Amino acid sequence: MILKLKNRWQEFLLKRKIKKEHRVNRSKYSNIFLILVLVIFGAFSAYPLIMTASNAFKPLDELFLFPPRIFPRNVTFDNFRDLSELMAGSWIPFSRYFFNTIFITLLGTVGHVLIASMAAYPIAKYDFPGKKLLFALVVYSLMFAPQVTAIPNYIIISSIGLIDTPLAIILPAIASSIGFYLMKQFMEQIPMELIESAKIDGASEYRIFFTIVMPLVKPAWLTLVILLFQRLWVTDGGALLFSEELKPLSYALRQVATGSIERSGTVAAVSFIMMIVPIIFFVISQSKIVETFTHSGMK
Amino acid sequence: MEAVLETKKLSKWKVTIKKIKEHKHGYVLLAPYFILFFAFTVVPVFMSLGISFSYYNILETPKFIGFSNYLKLFLDDEVFIIALKNTLILAIVTGPVSYLAAFLFAWLINELKPKLRALMTVIFYIPSISGNAFLIWLIIFSGDMHGYANAFLMKWGFLDNPILWLKDPKYMLPVLIIVQLWLSLGVSFLAFIAGLQNVDKTLYEAGAIDGIKNRWQELWYITLPTMRPQLLFGAVMQITTSLAIAEVSIQLLGFPSTQYEGHTIVTHLIDYGTIRFDLGYASAIATVLFFIMIGANLLVRKILRKVGE
Repeated sequence: MILKLKNRWQEFLLKRKIKKEHRVNRSKYSNIFLILVLVIFGAFSAYPLIMTASNAFKPLDELFLFPPRIFPRNVTFDNFRDLSELMAGSWIPFSRYFFNTIFITLLGTVGHVLIASMAAYPIAKYDFPGKKLLFALVVYSLMFAPQVTAIPNYIIISSIGLIDTPLAIILPAIASSIGFYLMKQFMEQIPMELIESAKIDGASEYRIFFTIVMPLVKPAWLTLVILLFQRLWVTDGGALLFSEELKPLSYALRQVATGSIERSGTVAAVSFIMMIVPIIFFVISQSKIVETFTHSGMK
Repeated sequence: MEAVLETKKLSKWKVTIKKIKEHKHGYVLLAPYFILFFAFTVVPVFMSLGISFSYYNILETPKFIGFSNYLKLFLDDEVFIIALKNTLILAIVTGPVSYLAAFLFAWLINELKPKLRALMTVIFYIPSISGNAFLIWLIIFSGDMHGYANAFLMKWGFLDNPILWLKDPKYMLPVLIIVQLWLSLGVSFLAFIAGLQNVDKTLYEAGAIDGIKNRWQELWYITLPTMRPQLLFGAVMQITTSLAIAEVSIQLLGFPSTQYEGHTIVTHLIDYGTIRFDLGYASAIATVLFFIMIGANLLVRKILRKVGE
């Protein structure tokens, strides 16, 4: 009996040893160090955003208090009320700016997901003349910032008569290359047999794309959505939209926000509105988005 | 002989045409995207190059002036040299630091339990998607006693008088670097997290048997080589953004900033493109920036391919 127990114990020890050997050297000190690093830099990362959020709900007298309070003592919506009052003062109703941003963001994002996926599918799954060149061009385009092409873009947009229409913002955004790149990389893992068997069943290529491929790449949709969303949501229209009634929210909010430190509360309210939407979206869809980036690699 | 070659050529053509016909649907599907992509990315690069050799102000037709814009840019434009210097400083600091930070944090987070890992991912990533929330740094680095940085430093006795963080040339670039780093854990950070989660765990076991002694060896010999594709992708993202710093500089340091201390190639481009309307000159700036970005990317790619070899 005892011998049996002893044997079992030794077996257990051996197992534990093997288990421990799985991962090398993880000392207590390095764990403490790890936690310390994460806490310090996590605080650095989060503090400005927390202060933005809390300032948005602070009354004026608390805004300039030292040390700055993380949690306002008297939570107030005054800043948001001031903001809407300032907005009401302009001759374009606030809702109009809001609608413009929603319109641009929605159309641009949906258009991008659809059109970029349509192009990503043949490039990811088929071999045909020109495919390598097209993909190489997209990879090169990731290597320079969009500012490089801003001037010719303006000339092209104005020459096709799109200046001062929402399409001036939407069309270039739809052609964004990072979304196409990620979608193509993600589609590569779809097994070819699946597509072949659908073909044998008599489905056309377009049907396969819409009914088989698109549902399979849902995680990548979310990624394309957040990448484009964060770009379009904060667009101020720049030189491409000059009519006041076409200007997006970000432009209007910035007009309100520019000013001295007395407007700090309003600025915080504006920033809060602009940041909370993409953040919530990311928090909800995080795991799917990270999944997409598994296939982001370059060769 | 020639006839044989000819028919071979011909049949090659035929094969190509056959392939094109066979994949007709493919071309149809990719057409909308690539028409837009060519119109707003590929063609503009060449247009920019062409316009850079001209004098063009939108109202009159462009006048060809050869290399004048480039000569003026490098020999006669002191502000551009400042902008170039600042851009390179910013890129050399924020590029590698943000790249390493993105990897380091992704690596540390990877050790945590899933829920905590998700939370830390959110905390590190959201500054980059929070729109213009970076304006809070205007309050943090405000030049009066109410600025958080000044108030804390004065309270703890490091300072007697408030520092004009955003107006004093001594501090402007460092402040810009701090804010830019705060914003920098973006797409590449997510790519690294995903890459780390996907490293095959049995590789570590095999590595331990093969005599890998500590975490660092594990990192260098197993983790980094298996993640090389993500590392390359992340590098491209970080290099491109670190060379294009402008928006934060304009919003925090002003435009133009004190003694052009916050001036970068992109702000110089904005200056000539949207304010002075000297589009030829602005295009020359854009072309120089284009080659700097592509050059930096190709160089770093070459280096990264050697990781873990």
